[in-house]
Amino acid sequence: MTTEVPSTLWRDDRTHRRRRATRISLTLTALVLLVAAGSLAIGAYTLPLPDVITTLAGQGEARDNFIVFGLRLPRLLLGALVGAAFAISGALFQTLLKNPLASPDIIGISGGASAAAAYSILFLGLSGAAVPLAAFLGALAAATAIYLLAWRGGVTGYRFVLIGVGVAFMMQAVLGYLITRGDVRDVQQALVWMVGGIGGASWVDIVVLALTLAVLLPAVGLFVPRIRMLQLGDDTAGGLGVRVESTRLTLLVIAVALAAVTTAFAGPVAFVAFVSAPIARRLIGTGSLALVPSALVGILLVTAADFVAQHLLPGTLQVPVGIITGVVGAPYLLWLLATANRRGRGA
Amino acid sequence: MTDAAVTRKPRHTLRAEKLGLGYDGRSIISDLDLTVAEGQVTVIVGANASGKSTLLRGISRLLKPASGRVTLDGRDIHTQAAKDVARTVGILPQSPTAPEGITVADLVGRGRYPHQGWFRQWTSTDDAQVTEALRATDTAQLASRRIEELSGGQRQRVWIAMVLAQDPDILLLDEPTTYLDVTHQIEVLDLLTDLNRSRGTTVVMVLHDLNMAARYADHIVVMAAGQIIASGPPVEVISAELVQSAFALESRVIVDPVCGAPMVVPVGRFHGGTV
Repeated sequence: MTTEVPSTLWRDDRTHRRRRATRISLTLTALVLLVAAGSLAIGAYTLPLPDVITTLAGQGEARDNFIVFGLRLPRLLLGALVGAAFAISGALFQTLLKNPLASPDIIGISGGASAAAAYSILFLGLSGAAVPLAAFLGALAAATAIYLLAWRGGVTGYRFVLIGVGVAFMMQAVLGYLITRGDVRDVQQALVWMVGGIGGASWVDIVVLALTLAVLLPAVGLFVPRIRMLQLGDDTAGGLGVRVESTRLTLLVIAVALAAVTTAFAGPVAFVAFVSAPIARRLIGTGSLALVPSALVGILLVTAADFVAQHLLPGTLQVPVGIITGVVGAPYLLWLLATANRRGRGA
Repeated sequence: MTDAAVTRKPRHTLRAEKLGLGYDGRSIISDLDLTVAEGQVTVIVGANASGKSTLLRGISRLLKPASGRVTLDGRDIHTQAAKDVARTVGILPQSPTAPEGITVADLVGRGRYPHQGWFRQWTSTDDAQVTEALRATDTAQLASRRIEELSGGQRQRVWIAMVLAQDPDILLLDEPTTYLDVTHQIEVLDLLTDLNRSRGTTVVMVLHDLNMAARYADHIVVMAAGQIIASGPPVEVISAELVQSAFALESRVIVDPVCGAPMVVPVGRFHGGTV
C-alpha cells in the first residue's frame, strides 16, 4: 500500500529551495553592487572606477573625497537603507494581513507620516530632527486609527486594507490642504514629503536610520519562525503554538516603526514597500518568506530609480526618486487589481 | 502497518469542564463537560450551528473559554505555554491556507515548529519525524510538488502529514473530509484510523456524514444547540429518536452491511415518505 520512496526526496527539495534562494540573493546583491558602482562613478564629474575604489579606501584626493563622501555616497546609502526598510515593512504588512494591497504606502501609514511632517514644517515651523519625529508620530497615529477601526475581536486583512485605503485618502486630503495653505518658501521643503526624495541625504540621517534598522531588523529576525507559521493561516498557526494576536500586533508595530522612520527621512517613496516583497517572492516562487531577497529588491529599486532620476532622464531634468518608483509601481497595482478578482480573492 | 520507529507515547487527558464558548459575547456553548476518550477515535456530529466546530476550537486552544476551562492532564490549557500544548494537541482547521508556491516538504516541515527553540535548530528528531509523517500519509513522493498542483485528496493527506510532523498525542480535525469525493473521504478516514491503531493517537474529529461517523467512531458525541445530547459507542447512541432530536429529521436506522455499525437512512417527504 505504502509505496517505498527514498526518504531523501524531501531533503532534496529543501536543499533545492535553499540553493535557489541563495542564488537569487547573490544575483540581486551583484546587481545592487553594479548600481552602487555606477552611482558613485557617474555624475557631473565622472570618476573612473579605480579612483572610486581608492577614495572609498581612504586614499583619495580631496576633490574625489568631496564628490564621493560629500555627495554621492550619502545619497546611495540613504537610498539603500530606505529601500531595505520599506521592503521589509511592506513584506511584514502583506504577510501579517494576508493581502497584497496591505502595504504602508497604500493603507495610509506613509500618508500619516507625510501629513504630520508637512504640518510640522508649515505650521509649527519645525525643522531638523523634529520633523522625522513628527512623521513618526503621524504614522503611528494613522496605524492606530486603522487598527482600532478594523478591530472586531481580531483583525482581518480585508477590513484593515479597506479602512487603510480610506485613511490614505484622508491623509492625501490633509496634505493637499496643508500645502495650499502653507508659506511658499516652506512648501518647497514640504514637497519632499509628498513624493519622496533622497537628494538631501545627510550623514546624520543615515546614522539615525541605520541605528533604527540595527534594532528593528534583528527583532524581525527573531520572529521569522512565527511569521512562517502565520503564513499558514491563524488557526493553523495557533494550533502549532503561536500566540496569534499578540505576535501579529508586535510585528505590526515593528512594521509601522520601519515605515514611519523611513518616511520621516525620505518621504513616502512610492510603491517600494508595495512591490518589493511580491517581486522577491515571485523570483523565488516557493512560498518562502524571502525577507532578505525582499530587502535586496527594495535596495535595488530605490538606488536604481534614483540613478535613473539623476542621470537617465532627457535633458537636465532631475526628479525626486519617488516619481520613478511610482512609474514602476503603479502598473503593478493596476495588474494586481485586474487579476485579483479573477482569482476570486477579492483583494 | 506498525512501524518500529514509532513509539507509543504516554497518554494525555483532554477535558472540558463547565465550558462556555462564544464569539463577540454571543454564547454558543455553555456549561459543557467532555472528557476525550484516550486512544480512541471520537467523532462529533450535529446539525449546522449546533456548536461542534466551536467545541473543537475551544478544546484546541484556538478559542478562549467565556466560562469554565479546558484542561490537559489536569492543567488549564490557557495557563500553559502555547508551544507546550501544541506538542501534545494538534489541530487541523477546516480550510487551512498555504502561501502560494509552497512545496509539500516545506509545509510538512513547518509542523515541527512547536519542537523548536528560539534559534530554530533542526535536529535529527525533526528529520525523522518529517520523514515518518510523509511515509505514514503516503505523500513522500509528492515532496517537491507545490500544494496548489495537488488533488483535493492529496492536499488533505499533506495537511494531515503536517499535523503528524507536529507529533501530537491528541489529533483534532475539523471536517477533514469536506470537499472530498467519496473515495478520498474513505482514504482520509482510513488513514486516521491507521494512525489511531498504529500510534495510539487519540483522534477527535467533526464530521458531517452521520454514516461515516457511525462507521469510524469508537465514540460518538452528538450535539444540538450547544449541548451534548448523547455520547457513547455508535451502536448504543444512534437511534431514529436521536436523529429526530439532533437533526429534526425522520429516519430509519438499519445495520451497515459492511461493518455492522448503525446506519441512518433519512426519510424525506417524497420517495417513500409521507407524500
